[in-house]
Amino acid sequence: MKTNAHKSLHSRIASHVRDIPRSGIRDFFDIVSSRDDVISLGVGEPDFVTPWHIREAAIKTLEQGITSYTPNLGLPSLRKEISGYVKKITGTTYNPDTEILIAVGVSEAMDLAVRALIEPGDEVLYHEPCYVSYSPVITFAHGIPVKVETTKENDFKLTREALEKKVSPKTKLLMLNYPTNPTGATLSREEINDIAEFAIDHDLIVLTDEIYGELSYDQPHISILETPGMRERTIYLHGFSKAWAMTGFRLGFSCAPPELTEAMMKIHQYTMLCAPILSQKAAIEALRNPEDDIATMRESYAVRRNYMHNAFLEIGIDCFLPGGAFYMFPDIGKFHLSSHEFAMKLLEEENVALVPGTAFGECGEGSVRCCYATALDDIKEAMIRIARFVRRL
Amino acid sequence: MNELLKLLKNNAKESPENLAKLLGIPVDEVTRRIAEYEKDGIIQGYQAVINEDKLDGAPVTAAIEVRLTAEREGGFNRVAERISRFPEVRSAFLMSGGYDLLLFVSGNTLHEVASFVSEKLSTLSGVVGTGTHFMLKTYKRNDVLMHIPDENERPQISP
Repeated sequence: MKTNAHKSLHSRIASHVRDIPRSGIRDFFDIVSSRDDVISLGVGEPDFVTPWHIREAAIKTLEQGITSYTPNLGLPSLRKEISGYVKKITGTTYNPDTEILIAVGVSEAMDLAVRALIEPGDEVLYHEPCYVSYSPVITFAHGIPVKVETTKENDFKLTREALEKKVSPKTKLLMLNYPTNPTGATLSREEINDIAEFAIDHDLIVLTDEIYGELSYDQPHISILETPGMRERTIYLHGFSKAWAMTGFRLGFSCAPPELTEAMMKIHQYTMLCAPILSQKAAIEALRNPEDDIATMRESYAVRRNYMHNAFLEIGIDCFLPGGAFYMFPDIGKFHLSSHEFAMKLLEEENVALVPGTAFGECGEGSVRCCYATALDDIKEAMIRIARFVRRL
Repeated sequence: MNELLKLLKNNAKESPENLAKLLGIPVDEVTRRIAEYEKDGIIQGYQAVINEDKLDGAPVTAAIEVRLTAEREGGFNRVAERISRFPEVRSAFLMSGGYDLLLFVSGNTLHEVASFVSEKLSTLSGVVGTGTHFMLKTYKRNDVLMHIPDENERPQISP
């Protein structure tokens, strides 16, 4: 009887949800969690704690008893700060009253944007390897995810040529994430302009997730908003998790023309109501008193990036030098193991955890993601162990 | 402060090879620059950051405020430099505000520090008055927190 009930429950789950496979990252996470003394290069967040002045602002908020809801769009004072900040980093002005929405992380903002735009059968272009949620979010909205593969030969850059092969009359939306999780890839102004031109020629909306924008090392980040003609067709997503080390605060935002913001707000107000006030207050402090938070963390990531990159080259593992984020995506193809096998074997034999490239799309096969937002001593030890491991392969 | 100095300030034991990897520059350049810093007195020395509270027979340290009379020539310098020479004085700073010198003085016992103040420091000509504050516990020294942080439940794998 029990078995039947179980089956029937499974069959009652909506098919488009049921058919999405369990995240590869979650399976791997379960295995890693069951072991002791693992050195992990597998995280997707800063190893810094949130800067003290921001934490202190959150504490003060609690002390003052500020624990209420906020307006659906978010605190007006925070939206005003965001408007100023986005103007500073992209040159684009957004009206804080009608064009900015505070969400529970970029993840929520992305879900809102996709749900606000996509009707069943609409196609959405996105580049792979990419953050794990892109394709599922499209599927949950009954859209059709159309992946555009990027390759290590081209430093994981998205090109107009590759996009032209996948665009169709049903394409409505193009999703971008540069600098990219998991590859650390970045784009130059010319490369961004090409993509912008493609979007304009095909009359697409662009959803650009620029959460790693501040973490660009070799040249300042260039937003697609800077290309003329993009503001009116772009939903710009950003948040506090990475640059301000505030992952647990769960706070992101979108900037988009009023019609799009209003549509996203409709979903947000009925499903989330508002982002937590504590996080919003902390974010105001982050933007008002930037101190040297971001610069200090960026410098620290930059030296660790150099170290890990040089160490991979020394070991004889081919690895492109990522221009942004805090991930390295080395090529382990020459060892004739799948990226999952490589990661499992490395974990079992040397207790180092990294994430198989296939967790970020099939074209991640042959690579693994290593996060260098990890204590330097751990990176050093991990690289010694990886060197020892590959010598045996 | 440049990147190399920051890295050394954070960990003076970092090897030239590792520093070269971190900065993406040749090892030769690292050793050459460190030698220059040492020669120019920009790097004055290398010390371990020790949590003295954990030592058996930990030394007693006091922060001592000293008021001085300035001399016509050299102001506070002559007497301040003289005070700095005492091995008991571990750090000495000229201060703005209600007193002139701030000293950090260590001894094996409370009595030793007290004797230093009453017998050596107070009796110097130029010293007008002192105020002694014994340090009870160290929470942070040279940017390093001395207590062990709470266990963090950060997941080992995340997207």
